This record gives sequence, C-alpha cells and structure tokens, in this order.
Amino acid sequence: MRQQDFEQRHREAWQALHHLLDELERPRFRRRLSSSEQARLPELYRDLCNHYALARSRRYSPALIAELHDLVTRSHRRFYQIHNNGNPWNLLHFFIADFPATLRRHHGYFWLALALFLIPALALGVLSYHNPEMIYSIMEDGNVAEIEAMYNPQQRDDRSIHRGSESNFMMFGFYIKNNISIGFRTFAGGILLGLGTLFFLIYNGLVIGGVAGHLSQLGYHDTFWTFVAGHGSFELTAIVICGAAGLLLGHAILAPGRYRRSEALKRRARIALKLVIGAAILLTIAAFIEAFWSSLQLPPAIKYSVAALLWITVIAHLTLGGRSR
Amino acid sequence: MSPTATSSTAPPTLAAETALHTPPLPEEGLLDTVRRYETPEGIELELRTVGPVPRALAWMIDSAIRLLLYLAAATLFLSFGGIGLGLTLILLFLVEWFYPVLFEVYRGRTPGKQLLGLQVIHDNGTPIGWSASLLRNLLRAVDFLPLFYSFGLLTMLANRDFKRLGDLAAGTLVVYRELPSTRLSPPPAEPIPPPPGLGVDDQQILLDFGERSTRLSQPRSEELANLLREVSGASGEAGVTRLLGYANWLAGGRQ
Repeated sequence: MRQQDFEQRHREAWQALHHLLDELERPRFRRRLSSSEQARLPELYRDLCNHYALARSRRYSPALIAELHDLVTRSHRRFYQIHNNGNPWNLLHFFIADFPATLRRHHGYFWLALALFLIPALALGVLSYHNPEMIYSIMEDGNVAEIEAMYNPQQRDDRSIHRGSESNFMMFGFYIKNNISIGFRTFAGGILLGLGTLFFLIYNGLVIGGVAGHLSQLGYHDTFWTFVAGHGSFELTAIVICGAAGLLLGHAILAPGRYRRSEALKRRARIALKLVIGAAILLTIAAFIEAFWSSLQLPPAIKYSVAALLWITVIAHLTLGGRSR
Repeated sequence: MSPTATSSTAPPTLAAETALHTPPLPEEGLLDTVRRYETPEGIELELRTVGPVPRALAWMIDSAIRLLLYLAAATLFLSFGGIGLGLTLILLFLVEWFYPVLFEVYRGRTPGKQLLGLQVIHDNGTPIGWSASLLRNLLRAVDFLPLFYSFGLLTMLANRDFKRLGDLAAGTLVVYRELPSTRLSPPPAEPIPPPPGLGVDDQQILLDFGERSTRLSQPRSEELANLLREVSGASGEAGVTRLLGYANWLAGGRQ
C-alpha cells in the first residue's frame, strides 16, 4: 500500500488517539472524558502499534515513522502508567501495619545498624564519664561549651533548653529540618557500598554517647536525661532504621545474589524506601515531642514515666504492628 | 478503567509479526544516546537519554527557583518571630528534599527540566511514580558528594543511559520530550515512476527527500539532487524536480 493511501485510511484513528491522549495528559480533575471514551485507548493503541510496525517495515518516510513513534510513546506511557492515588488513609495504614512488618522481615539489618550505633555510643559514653577530657577528642571546644551551657541547671537564659512556647515552635522547625535530613543522609550514604551509612551511624553514636557521658559526669542528670529520655525513643530508633535501610542498599551492591547488581539494587531500594518513609514519620513525631514536651519543666518522676510509656509505644508498634490476628 | 486487563486478551498482533521482518538495528558500536525498550506489543520505543550538560543547566534553573522560594518564605515569615522562624525552617526542609518529587510526580518534570524540554520516566517508558521519584531525590544527597555532583557525574559517564546513582536505584531515566510533529507535505510535482531496481531503503530516502525539501534551500536541494545524478539522469533544478516526481509517485502512485 502506498504511503498516502495508508495515511488517508488511518489518519482518523490517529487523530482520535491524539485527542484522547491530550485529555489523559491533563490533571485528573480537569479531564473532560466519559468512561466509554477512555475505554477506547486499548483498541486505538493496539491498532496504532500495528500501523507503526507496518510503516517501519514498508519504509514509509522517516517523518511519518517519527510521528507514529511519538504517538506510540505517548500512548504506551498512559497505557502502562501506575495509578497511585494519594489517599491519606493509605499512608496511615502503611505506617501502622506495613512499615513495622517490613522492618521485621529484614530485622538483620536493624540489629546490625543498632550495634553500629550503640557500641560506639556506649564505649564513648563510659570513657567520657570517667575522663572529662575525652569529649574534646570528637567535638570542638566551642560546641562543648555550648552544650554544657544548654544543660546547666543553673543557667536560665535563652541558651537554656527551657524556653518560651514561641521558641518551642522554632525548635520544632529546627528538629524537623535537622533530624530528618540526618535520617535521609544516613540512608542515602548506603549506596556507597554501605560506607556512608556506616560513617553516619558510628559518628552519631560517638557524639551522642560522648555528650551523654560527659554531661552525666558533670552531674547534669536532671536537665539532660529528663530532656532526652522521652523523644529519644522515637528519634534514636528512627535513625537506626534509616541506617538499616542504608545497609540494605549497600548489601544489594556488595552481594546481589541471583540478580544483576543494578536489578538487586532496584529491588532492595524499594524495600529500603519503605523503611525510610516510616522512619521519617517517626522522626516527625520525635521532633514534636522534643519541641513541646521535652522542654517542659516537670518533676523527673513524671518525665521518666512518660519516657517509659513512649519507649513501650515504639517497641510495641515495631514488634506488633502489622501482625495478622 | 483498566487497560491492562483488556490487553491480555489481545491476539498476537501483526506488529509482532512484522517486527521479525525489519532488520535488527545496530545497537553495539553505534555512538548514540538512544535507548531502546521493547513494549509487550512488540514495538520498539526509542528513548533519547539526556547527558550531563542539559541536566546541569536544568538543575541550575531549579536552584534559582528554590532560592527565590527561600527568599519569599524568609520575607513572609520572619516578621512573625519564633513561629515564623519555625515555619521557615520547615519550608526549607520541604523544599530541599521534596521540590523535585512533587513536580516529577504531578508534572513529570521540574520547571528547570520543563524549560530544557526534558522529563523523568521509569526505565520502561512509563511516567514516574512516588516511590521512584522519592528514591532518586533522596539519593541526590550522595550524588552531590563530595562536591557539585562529582559522584553523580562519574556514575553518569560510566553507564550508557546517563544514570546517576539515584537513577540507578530508582530505575529512572531522564529523556528528551517528543516535540510536536512538524511534518510537511512534499511540494506538488508530476509523479514519475522511479527507475527500476531501487531497494526499499533507497525508496525511503527519496520519500524523505520529498518531505524535507520544503525546508531545504534551493541550492541545498540541488546539491543533494546532484548526488543522485546517475539515478535521475538530470542535475540542478531538473534533477530536483525529477526526484520530487519519484517521491510523489512512491508516496501516492500514479494519479
């Protein structure tokens, strides 16, 4: 068949597909399409695939082939598109059930990340509890002085952790930005064969352990431990989970198993992403607790009981969430 | 609507048959950035991947837009004291990590990529979804290391699809968007049967010449036609007319 006859015969179908795609490419709420019109897509697309293959094998002009190719690409995109609707209930369900279940399925990474964080933390905590100079080996003098001032029970100015409600909200913003970014970086570093994650976990362990040991040795128990005990439950757990997600990435590249490295990476990255999203939600909750609850001045007994309750909540969520009844 | 359900009942298409008859396109050894993806219909899609330079330009445009957003947020919120500062910090966080995600998922491209005619898609040519977009943009933090996307650039140069680390993990591609078709019909000329013995590929070249000739200058058309002097037996303006005649005959037959 000659090119002109071919075009004449099928031009109408191509035009119809063209208009259909124009509508489908709009945002959902601006589409003016009946369902019967939408249902024509498979048929039109299948015909177009035939026409494109024919045009190529019959060596019609490259311009016509290019035109059909672009139409095929556009329809293919709509035809095989994954429809994801942003239903907020899905996110809630994910957080309550899917996230803890995914974490338990890959618990080995969690325990490894926990060890990478906890062992340096405990080690430096004990060391700096017994040696006041120890903290200066990992932190600048100025930072140490700042932290000491923050938790000094005698300190009562802006630098103190006890402050007004307005700066509470400011600190909420700060914790969101700072802590979730740390979580994301801890995860992302995993793609460098896991080395980035390793660094962030160990480094954060050293700093947090060192500060805790140092302040305890100074006798600032009531200001420091009452402040961190509550939100630590969500915050530290989430950082360790981000670490687990990063190790998952690193492991995929180091030991891809039966897949090609790129394929293994893609598959495990999807799982790791679930852990990171869950951890980001945990960190948001942690930021809220840290900003509005941890800064309240209450008797230590109350602070510690609430902290115990929060730890129980986190552990219960991660161990029980998503179990089938 | 679930188009995939209907497609599973489709008979093996003619496309799949004819695909067998087209000669395989040279893939190895061809210095080209076209990535081929075969659809379930047996059609080969050609995705034109984008190199580092246009992507860096798009990134710069996006960075400028982000900077404006930061400035707008700062001037708007910072007069409200502690609350304003808190809001600014949250906004900073959201823009830093999720600015590309929102644009990619809802529009397929960030404004910077839009200006350069690029878009982000899955490896299989479908529009990018939430998880792929989140992955590729979270891993941006590593691509950026140690300085100005060094890791990203090295990775892009080490694979043939210009994927940075985030693209590898998410299974995404940055490709050029298809431009609106600008096909012109060949100028009218008396159809002339071409000399016998022309192969299909030769015929395709004549068709292409016909459709492109409206966009070529007269001297260039003549220059091209002179190359085929032995086929058409004419040169100069007469040669062009002959070739156009062949093209019209091939496209429409005798009228």
